[in-house]
Amino acid sequence: MTTTRDFLLEIGTEEIPARFLPDVLAQMESKFAAWMEEMRLTYTSLKSYATPRRMALLVQGLQTNQADLEEEMKGPAKKAAQDAEGNWTKAAEGFARGQGVSTADLFFKELNGVPYVFANKKTVGRATQDLLEQGLEKWITSMHFPKHMRWGTHDLWFVRPIRWLVALFGDDVIPLSITGVESGCATYGHRFLSNTDYQHENGAYTIPSPTAYIETLRNAFVLVDQDERRELILKQIDALAQAHNANVEIDEDLLEEVVHLVEWPTALMGSFEEEFLDVPQEVLITSMREHQRYFPVLDKAGKLLPNFVTVRNGDDRSLDVVRRGNEKVLRARLSDARFFYEEDKKTPISENLKKLETVVYHEDLGTVAEKVRRVRSLAGKLGQKLVLTDAEQATLDRAAEIAKFDLTTQMVYEFTELQGIMGEKYAKLHGESEAVAKAIFEHYLPRNAGDILPATLPGTVLSIAEKVDTIVASFAIGLKVSGSQDPYGLRRQAAAVVTNLLHHNLSLNLGDLVDLALEGIAAQGVGKVAPEQVKQDVLDFFTLRLETLLQEQNVRYDVINAVLAVAKGDVLATVGRAKAMMNALTDERFLPAVESFKRSNNLAKKAEGTAVSEEYLQDDAEKALYKRVRAVEEAVQPLLSSRDYDAILNELFGLKADIDGFFDKVMVMAEDENVRRNRLNLLNAVIHNVRLVADFGEIVA
Amino acid sequence: MKMNFQNMILTLQQFWAEQGCLLVQPYDVEKGAGTMNPMTFIRVLGPNDWKIAYVEPSRRPADGRYGENPNRLYQHHQFQVILKPSPENVQELYLESLKRLGIDPRDHDIRFVEDNWENPSFGAWGLGWEVWLDGMEITQFTYFQQVGSLDVRPTAVEITYGMERLASYIQDKENVFDLEWTDGVTYGDVFKRNEYEQSKYTFEVSDTAMLFDLYNKYEAEARRTIDQGLVMPAVDYVLKCSHTFNLLDARGAISVTERTGYIGRVRTLARLCAQAYVKQFEVTEPSAETDAAAKEEQ
Repeated sequence: MTTTRDFLLEIGTEEIPARFLPDVLAQMESKFAAWMEEMRLTYTSLKSYATPRRMALLVQGLQTNQADLEEEMKGPAKKAAQDAEGNWTKAAEGFARGQGVSTADLFFKELNGVPYVFANKKTVGRATQDLLEQGLEKWITSMHFPKHMRWGTHDLWFVRPIRWLVALFGDDVIPLSITGVESGCATYGHRFLSNTDYQHENGAYTIPSPTAYIETLRNAFVLVDQDERRELILKQIDALAQAHNANVEIDEDLLEEVVHLVEWPTALMGSFEEEFLDVPQEVLITSMREHQRYFPVLDKAGKLLPNFVTVRNGDDRSLDVVRRGNEKVLRARLSDARFFYEEDKKTPISENLKKLETVVYHEDLGTVAEKVRRVRSLAGKLGQKLVLTDAEQATLDRAAEIAKFDLTTQMVYEFTELQGIMGEKYAKLHGESEAVAKAIFEHYLPRNAGDILPATLPGTVLSIAEKVDTIVASFAIGLKVSGSQDPYGLRRQAAAVVTNLLHHNLSLNLGDLVDLALEGIAAQGVGKVAPEQVKQDVLDFFTLRLETLLQEQNVRYDVINAVLAVAKGDVLATVGRAKAMMNALTDERFLPAVESFKRSNNLAKKAEGTAVSEEYLQDDAEKALYKRVRAVEEAVQPLLSSRDYDAILNELFGLKADIDGFFDKVMVMAEDENVRRNRLNLLNAVIHNVRLVADFGEIVA
Repeated sequence: MKMNFQNMILTLQQFWAEQGCLLVQPYDVEKGAGTMNPMTFIRVLGPNDWKIAYVEPSRRPADGRYGENPNRLYQHHQFQVILKPSPENVQELYLESLKRLGIDPRDHDIRFVEDNWENPSFGAWGLGWEVWLDGMEITQFTYFQQVGSLDVRPTAVEITYGMERLASYIQDKENVFDLEWTDGVTYGDVFKRNEYEQSKYTFEVSDTAMLFDLYNKYEAEARRTIDQGLVMPAVDYVLKCSHTFNLLDARGAISVTERTGYIGRVRTLARLCAQAYVKQFEVTEPSAETDAAAKEEQ
């Protein structure tokens, strides 16, 4: 009969960065679960909690003892364990000692026909309390954070200074000492609301038992459960919205940050002067959100109101003072934003473009102005390939020329995330056409997975040109993407290129895209890596993105391999092939055809070409196959240009009967060299057609 | 009764003196922040304990607005506190100092919001917070990890109060020039003319060729002085380099391409000064560990 107790760990710290806490919560749970598994300890529940000033773990129903362990341990081979007379050797005695048994307890078992000596090792389970005492300090000090620091005279690197520790196993304190802080059963409440003074030396709260943790802190004005704080904040915001007959826009990332900025939330609504509403809405929202962590307030029609919601870390005492303070700060912020807006409006685009000549894009790739020139030239060539109308081409060219001008405006300098958005607005104010302004905004799209896509053709082409240049140029100066190393977000950009090509059905071959981008790089003389190598690397990189894309579309892994094993420069074709293959999986003709194609493929590898000479065709079966192949080739040609892979597969399935007839009746490896070569080439012609869709050798039947 | 600017300074000086800080006076070379005062920049290095507090007039030429902007200044005032090693109750001490200024935390919303401070010119970085008072940043609170590209051991904590921000809150003024320096005398009375003239000089009048020349000469003199083993005079020339760079930068005389280079030159000098200073303690602490931690997130 096992007994259990509850366990509580609380690490009290100075304020931990809010953005770290979601990961801290997950890390504590997984790390503790792994430790318990290693220690052979079970528990009924495990949950982590965090506020800005504490990270905690509550484990309920934790076994008080490890289970005893009986393991069969393998020792030396019998011939090393016993001499000719059957006496135990030194090696055997040593092994027995090591396992805590006597040689009399040893026994033999055969492994692969060789007898070995074995022992049953018994380990008596240890008390959980001992294990915690021995391991908890190291468990805490090995926690990982995005950034670590040291403080005082201590050598420990940790997220922020540790100020108190609670480690309770049932009623017992697990003694810990980290950076001079001793563990106990006392926690500290809200800095300003809790009992006595905010000097925590005086404000301790005793936790009677681990499960009383949440309620003890509630009495000390700390809602330690992040989910509860989130619910409460949402409820408070909702009440404010109702009272003001408005909507409050909840940005999930902001909400999560706010949840981790407060221990005792009180939402309040403030206002700002209506005159600021002349500044573009995006600017106001960004300023409120990024600088102040405020939630914007909209009317029922979705128009921004001169209000904001902020969440105070405290109760409703002196709430008006807090409101006025926040309003004052926002007023100063919005005055700055308005100043930037007014100043930017006065600056002509040409002047901003001039500044780009001195803005470094990358030290090995020159200035942003140089990048703009590369992209403009590339975009123009892509436009020609896609046969854009003159008007579209003109829009594309002008948009490419000025796409980056907003980077040197004061507003984008202050709020980088407004790039493109301000570009569109300012371009219109400076008299550019709607189409050009739109393309400037669109050339950043999509900014992340799930973002909106460019709607116009010039915007799409510019977006593709910009991203392909970034990728190719990065590879050309030797920047590589691997594992978590992707500082320039090249994966995201490659995915964006693929998404854009697909969304607008653009027939652009990746190989051509890379070649054209390389031309621009060569013209500026900035590349370091051999162009052939760059091309290979970039195409491989895109193949990986295509693979991911197909996985996301639930394409079976062997189908992915099969379609990527044939030509992959044409993104539309690759996706079309994969879809057709997935559709065909349920076709009863599929598996039999796979067999026939595989068999053909094995022999086709020996062929020297696909040229079949009619004079060497002897057997009716091979004549029939030849006829069929020519018919399929003819039928497939028009289907290829429309990328109708379902129809192509349908044609290919028609080959099966004749292939099988061929193998039944014909001896491929004929004596006559000419006949043999002809037959191999015929099979190769079959495979040549089959590989228009996929390499069926990859299909797992 | 709302506290005037002068009384705020007196109050903070009194408070931190009670905590055992030496009170020193502003350093007499132009600088962009109190951190660059050698009482911080140099003296936080080495193994000795160090507690100090002072006001520092700090010049940011690019922020000059001819005295026309209610929030931006060519020169503002920082109240700087250094505590080395950082004490356990440093946050509580800080909050106590706010109480002395008449800010009762229970009537406000005070937060410690992550802010990782770095000054690349001086090879300095640290982790900590900006302190928010009802949404307004009033203080920079930093545990120095490295200064002059050397580890700071024991770790020092730096508390930098933005005096104008704090005063505008305490006195409830929208415009910095309306702040009461002392009863009946406004901030504008004392500094507005200076703001106008320094801005005009910075943006319109300064002699770019002369400033480039000075930068190079200051740099050479700093190197020559370090070679003689004289750290403090060298620091003076590093500060002059830094301020000259700021003037050139504000004038738009340095392209973005060149900026990194000029900042790098100041950083090299700062590191040489820091290294020369710690030599006297014969403490060699490898900084690779700190670098690794700093780079982890990048």
